[in-house]
Amino acid sequence: MDERFAAAARLLPDYLGQHVLLSAASLALGFLVSLPLVIVASRNARIRWPVLGFASVVQTVPSLALLALFYPLLLAVSAGWKHLFGHGFSALGFLPSLLALTLYSMLPILRNGVTGLINVDRAVIEAARGVGMTNRQRLLRIELPLAAPVIMAGVRTAAVWVIGGATLSTPVGQTSLGNYIFSGLQVEDWVSVLFGCLAAVALAISVDQLLGLVEAGVARRRPRLAWLGLSALFVGVAAAGVSELAAAGPPAYVIGAKNFAEQYILAALMTDRIRKEDSAATTRADLGSVIAFRALASNGIDAYVDYSGTIWSTVMKRHDSLPRKQMLQEMTTQLRKDHGVVLLGALGFENAYALAMRRDTAQSLGIRTIADLAQHAPELRIGGDFEFFARPEWAALRARYGLHFHEQRQFQPTFLYKAVASKEVDVVSAASSDGRIRAYDLVVLEDPQQVIPPYDAIVLISPARASDAVLRRALEPLLGAIPLDLMRQANYMVDRDTERVTPHQAAVWLEDAIHLN
Amino acid sequence: MISFQGVSKSFDDGRHLAVRDVSFNVAERAFVALVGDSGSGKTTLLKMINRLIEPDHGTVSVGGESVQSMVGYELRRRIGYVFQGIGLFPHLSVAENIGITPVLLGWEQAAIAARTAELIDLVELPRSYLTRMPSELSGGQQQRVGVARALAARPSIMLMDEPFGALDPVTRDTLGSEYRRLHDSMGLTTVMVTHDVMEAVLLGDRIIVVRHGAIVADGQPHELFTANADAGVRALMDMPRRQAERVRMLMQERVARG
Repeated sequence: MDERFAAAARLLPDYLGQHVLLSAASLALGFLVSLPLVIVASRNARIRWPVLGFASVVQTVPSLALLALFYPLLLAVSAGWKHLFGHGFSALGFLPSLLALTLYSMLPILRNGVTGLINVDRAVIEAARGVGMTNRQRLLRIELPLAAPVIMAGVRTAAVWVIGGATLSTPVGQTSLGNYIFSGLQVEDWVSVLFGCLAAVALAISVDQLLGLVEAGVARRRPRLAWLGLSALFVGVAAAGVSELAAAGPPAYVIGAKNFAEQYILAALMTDRIRKEDSAATTRADLGSVIAFRALASNGIDAYVDYSGTIWSTVMKRHDSLPRKQMLQEMTTQLRKDHGVVLLGALGFENAYALAMRRDTAQSLGIRTIADLAQHAPELRIGGDFEFFARPEWAALRARYGLHFHEQRQFQPTFLYKAVASKEVDVVSAASSDGRIRAYDLVVLEDPQQVIPPYDAIVLISPARASDAVLRRALEPLLGAIPLDLMRQANYMVDRDTERVTPHQAAVWLEDAIHLN
Repeated sequence: MISFQGVSKSFDDGRHLAVRDVSFNVAERAFVALVGDSGSGKTTLLKMINRLIEPDHGTVSVGGESVQSMVGYELRRRIGYVFQGIGLFPHLSVAENIGITPVLLGWEQAAIAARTAELIDLVELPRSYLTRMPSELSGGQQQRVGVARALAARPSIMLMDEPFGALDPVTRDTLGSEYRRLHDSMGLTTVMVTHDVMEAVLLGDRIIVVRHGAIVADGQPHELFTANADAGVRALMDMPRRQAERVRMLMQERVARG
């Protein structure tokens, strides 16, 4: 069997388990919050419209944005909590995902619930009052049982939405089946993307069918059918819980990774090194660029690789440029002082933002440097990843060289190189260590004014692990050991179109190449 | 047994006056028919007895006690209520429907089962129907269950709002006369709302005619047939008589020809 398929299958118990637990918790919470709202809203038209309106508005927020919005919100709440009670909580991972998906699950439950309750036959309501039921008895004995099939249909819809939406919790640091999709998309591993899609679809269909059994049991007054469906669902969730508990073991080192090949490879390499010290280690991949540092500072992850220029501008908010050595020194002191984060050292290569063009285009226009580019920019189109145009480097480049392009477009990193290769754009933002620069025969334009600061790959360690001996023993041998060409080769092994390998395989190759095996 | 003292009720913030300053008494064991056009206020009067509707002014008393001083649902558990919509609980079996008020009153299981069996016999349905669901019954059978449900907790008062209005004429007649027998044998006090004068005449001991929220005639059926000044009431009472006469003449023709 294909190695990529086998690799995906190995990750399934963890990804599926976490996906199931997250979805089940969101759905259960959504149901518990919605039910009282349904009862109140069905009895009072003045409450009904605001409640349903709010739920509808939530539904129109793109789910990824909803997940992303909960992160800063929770960060603020966590800070306040820490202020009041002395310790904060992680604003990443499970919590923001749970809250966003809970909100997401509420609309179908609310809408169906209210419809179900207000449509109970008026004659039956009158009879319930006539035989002497209190409001509560009428609700519990008559209205809820009669509306139950409609409410269950809403729960079913919500379940399918939540299971689909949970794949989007990966970028906020919650492991889910979305990990297959996000990582697969980054490194063009379509086996992984497809695997993740099919797993999510299979899960959604199974849950939908089991809830359908419950719905049918409730609608046809066959309690045993309903219990059968409920027990099967319960067994599924319990199995996920048990498998996660069993996998948990002793608290493992968590190595973070952002969302591109080099990060996956380095995280796999670091994880391997820790395992060689007989310690458990896992990776948490696909973190957003700034989220990764925040996660580290709040001990959500234990270590990861970042780039000096990124930390300099986005974390330390510095826009001046210093000589490389001085910059690293200042960064080490400052991170320790402000965040308790340890800068262990640089890996030896640089992954800077750069501007790249097709070799033939650059030659025919006589462009070698960014200064040359500025002359031709008004006729050219530039493509960047999602982050690039919002970064201070871009602002600095534009200001210093007077860059004005004809058109500016954003691409997923995977498609960025293809876009320039197929002449959809003329210039792209590139990462200097990316293997695809050579593969697509691109040239990196020189930066004669040194506007772009150094981007040395550096290992950062969380405050909690600041003096952790195992982590140091495992990671220190990597410092200064990875030259640019080896990193580029490793990246290319994962990014190329044919004979592609998994990030883990590339990490093993890299470890071999730098003689640590 | 039941008494109205200067009772008024309006809907839509006073724009529609449904009942205007009505007073009357209903004696124990009486069978009173409230007759009138739709919108006359007869149903409003009925529902004020078991507090499904609250009066704006005046006092409604049951057994000498103002209903305002009682807890609504406790009052309703003591009064049987049957209406045109029937309103059997579709998710409960026939037995569970009949036994609902005893359950609310906290009777013992065995007592409820015994009472349910007794009632199904009383409304002349086979006992095998106890386990059926309401949807498996015909309209007439459903209303028999409706009557049984209303009688379950041994009420002394029965309120009936067009109880047999939606049934076919034969079933309607059968159920009407069967209920009248139950009324007599159980010593009930019944107030029945109907727009069908014939039904009122055949079942009631006393007919109260309501128009625009006020009582325009009140008496035994034969009294209303004979002495009445109100043209509207005369026209109303005239109808069953003319119908009866026409039927009698048709029968005589048949006899003469035969």
